[in-house]
Amino acid sequence: MKLELRGITKRFGSVVANDHIDLTVEPGQIHALLGENGAGKSTLMNILYGLTRPDEGEILIDGSPVDFSRPKDAIAAGIGMVHQHFMLVPVFTVAENVVLGDERTRSFGRLGFGLLDRRRARQDVLRVSTQFGLAVDPDALVENLPVGIQQRVEIIKALLRDATLLILDEPTAVLTPGETEDLFAVMRSLKASGHSLVFITHKLNEVQKMADTITVIRQGKVVGTMAPTASDEELAARMVGRAVRLAPEKAAAKLGDVVLSVEGLTVLDDLGNTAVKGVSFDIKAGEILGIAGVQGNGQTELCEALVGLRPVIDGRFSVRGRDLTNRATREILHSGVGYVPEDRQAEGLVTEFTVAENLALDRYDQAPYSKGLALDLDVMDTAAGEQVKQFDIRTESIRTPASSLSGGNQQKVVVARELSRTIGLLIASQPTRGVDVGSIEFVHRRIVEVRNQGSAVLLVSTELDEIAALADRIAVMYEGEVVAMRSPDVTREELGLLMAGAGTGEKAAPAGAPA
Amino acid sequence: MTTTLAPSLPPTASPVTRRGRRLSKKTVGGGVIGVLGLVDIVGFGLEARSGDARLGLTLAGASVRLSPLKLPPGPTAIVAGMITLVLAGLWLRADLGKAARRAVIVGSGVLFMLSFLCWASAGKSMSLVGLLQSSVDRSIPIVLGALAGCLCERAGVVNIAIEGQLLFGAFAGAMVASASHSLYLGLLAAALAGALLGLILAVFAIRYAVNQIVVGVVLNVLATGLTGYLYDRVLVKYQNTLNAPAVFSRISIPLLSKIPILGPVLFDSSIFLYLTYAILIAVQVGLFRTRWGLRVRAVGEHPVAAETVGIRVLGVRYCNVMLGGLVAGIGGAYLTIGSVGPFGKNVSSGKGFIALAAVIFGRWTPIGAMFGALLFGFADAVQNILSVLGTSIPSDFLLMVPYVATIVVVAGMVGRVRPPKADGQPYVKQ
Repeated sequence: MKLELRGITKRFGSVVANDHIDLTVEPGQIHALLGENGAGKSTLMNILYGLTRPDEGEILIDGSPVDFSRPKDAIAAGIGMVHQHFMLVPVFTVAENVVLGDERTRSFGRLGFGLLDRRRARQDVLRVSTQFGLAVDPDALVENLPVGIQQRVEIIKALLRDATLLILDEPTAVLTPGETEDLFAVMRSLKASGHSLVFITHKLNEVQKMADTITVIRQGKVVGTMAPTASDEELAARMVGRAVRLAPEKAAAKLGDVVLSVEGLTVLDDLGNTAVKGVSFDIKAGEILGIAGVQGNGQTELCEALVGLRPVIDGRFSVRGRDLTNRATREILHSGVGYVPEDRQAEGLVTEFTVAENLALDRYDQAPYSKGLALDLDVMDTAAGEQVKQFDIRTESIRTPASSLSGGNQQKVVVARELSRTIGLLIASQPTRGVDVGSIEFVHRRIVEVRNQGSAVLLVSTELDEIAALADRIAVMYEGEVVAMRSPDVTREELGLLMAGAGTGEKAAPAGAPA
Repeated sequence: MTTTLAPSLPPTASPVTRRGRRLSKKTVGGGVIGVLGLVDIVGFGLEARSGDARLGLTLAGASVRLSPLKLPPGPTAIVAGMITLVLAGLWLRADLGKAARRAVIVGSGVLFMLSFLCWASAGKSMSLVGLLQSSVDRSIPIVLGALAGCLCERAGVVNIAIEGQLLFGAFAGAMVASASHSLYLGLLAAALAGALLGLILAVFAIRYAVNQIVVGVVLNVLATGLTGYLYDRVLVKYQNTLNAPAVFSRISIPLLSKIPILGPVLFDSSIFLYLTYAILIAVQVGLFRTRWGLRVRAVGEHPVAAETVGIRVLGVRYCNVMLGGLVAGIGGAYLTIGSVGPFGKNVSSGKGFIALAAVIFGRWTPIGAMFGALLFGFADAVQNILSVLGTSIPSDFLLMVPYVATIVVVAGMVGRVRPPKADGQPYVKQ
């Protein structure tokens, strides 16, 4: 299938998400769409899949214009989509998910009663899965499958609907390096069988490895079409719009006393399953401990337990020798702990509040912010003004609601607030997720500064680049356990294997200091 | 973790103390069963009055007669209590499978009720079949209400308005049947009245994405107020023409109704019981075996995913909320033209809310909700019989039992309770 997009424009209020985008995908080609978060890649693909309607522009398939008002139209035209957040019903089986919306029913003579033909569904799944090397058990419940396999189910779902053009929206974001390789193999086999693929990502090395053509999008516009031979620097500069320094400068760690000491910590997740299983480690002053791991291996629950947002079932932790296990969050924060939560909009900010209010959220009840029962708004404003300057928060004013800031600037508000207290320990969970490259640089520099000033830092990230750039010591979490403790010169391959569970047999030496 | 749990039973949010120790669910469950056993022995066994309890197994006029069960209350309760204690021990000591755990719970419950009934009817006679028949009859509107709840909630809309739908159905059923002299027209009108309330709920909850609980509560108030007003102003005035419906007569199913004990309970009732069977089977099979059901459940679990494969999420929700209203309306009709005849103010008397509890008790499955509804119907029937027998326990306590049971289920004592994921969340297209 040859796909052409011409002059696609989509506005959300005053924001132009897509600005006259032209794109041509040739048959049998892997076409990469490279851009930062918020550049408009997903909006464009939602338009192509009939989930959103464009304000202007047209879509042509093999030269003739088409109009998709709902996903069904796009599916009928041979377009399949693997969404970043999987469109699978967790409590259904693989087969049920695959046939959903396109179910075959049993027939008894003329009568069918709409009874599902489960045998047929199972056979269909097996047929596609053997044809393209996508091994999966059709009767397994989707919620019990690892993400990599769930993604296969999504691909099978599209293929079974005879998709000849497959859109993969940030498909590697949730995968381990090993699973990523499996996915690439599948992509190659699909390409070989004549499928076209649109590969959306912001990871440069993947683009260079897989793409036939690269289209770079920035702020809703196509800013260039490049060949996969382009270098990291060229691609990044085009994506961001200026030259970027990818790793912060960092002197050797000057270690002090132990700040955070965690012993046998056990924490449950929301469903009551054990998410953190007897984890132990120490972090010293002046050290960044990076926790690497695929999302959902207990990192979130670990951080939440350390700031008192989630009960500790077993074990204990202390900060500078003071036991803070199961203490109130306020007490923990006041003991000199800074916390940058992984979801800034849900946990880091009150998005309806102004920038100034968000910056005072942790200390509004203390002098000089409060005077008796009243808030001192002047003090709040002055402090906010200084923080905005100091942390380079790009906002119209300190009275702008946090919701109207870009992701990167929202994150800077959170970081500014947490770093404006005197802290001995910073817990930063996914501090640069969904943040533009410019802000990433800034946040990274700040984290390193905190460390240089003698605080301990617990950095949780699923991005290996981030861990490699910042950590003085790397702990790998897998299924709720710290399965390995490594120095930062560990190879990516080894980290990848450990994140996929290859190190489960080996128990990390607890509280091991870097060699 | 401090205790071992069967793999099929992951611990859900358990009480957590500040020290980090917690009471395991297994201990709590075993404890509750043990307490039941002790109550059997101490409360009903040692405190038993003299004289056998005679539990009648046939109704007057039955062709096959069974002699009544004569049980000495004291020994019966003590034996039942000992068995229950053994079951409690099993629960605590052995790793029971899912089926075994259910059997233990049901067993200890039945033994508890048996010792209680023996204790209550010591020296007197009580018709066990009559009690069961009355339980089944009383649970009909609750089952239908609960099925309405399943239909709505499986599609992701919380239906608090079941109570109002029952009331609307009861009102419309009585009035139309009375005015038209046709019970079937009354039944149809009741179903449509329920569906109408369902449509209002759907429009506000789906089209305007208003909080579903709020709309439901408002609709209940509306139904109470409107039917009450119309009753005072219209039905009382034209009592003989508008509120004097006939009642559906009993239909005995040939052969089946002759089966001892089961026959009179399950196969000798009005058309409502048979309708309930049909709807129950249709909803259960429909939800879990058909294309329609797969789509409905997908909409209730993950509407965006359903949308991306071309399912009309809002359409499915509209359809199901109205279907639910229809079923609840039929349940409402039972309250008038299926049992007492004329409409009275607030005849539904909270049965719609009980139906909601039954839905949760049954973990959003029709069959489970039916068992929940039966439990509530049984408690209702028992407290009714108690006032006849005259016991020292206030009958209100018995009415509490099913609610306690629901709390136990909701607390996750009997496995994991998980509502449809998108239940109660309005779906707004991008």
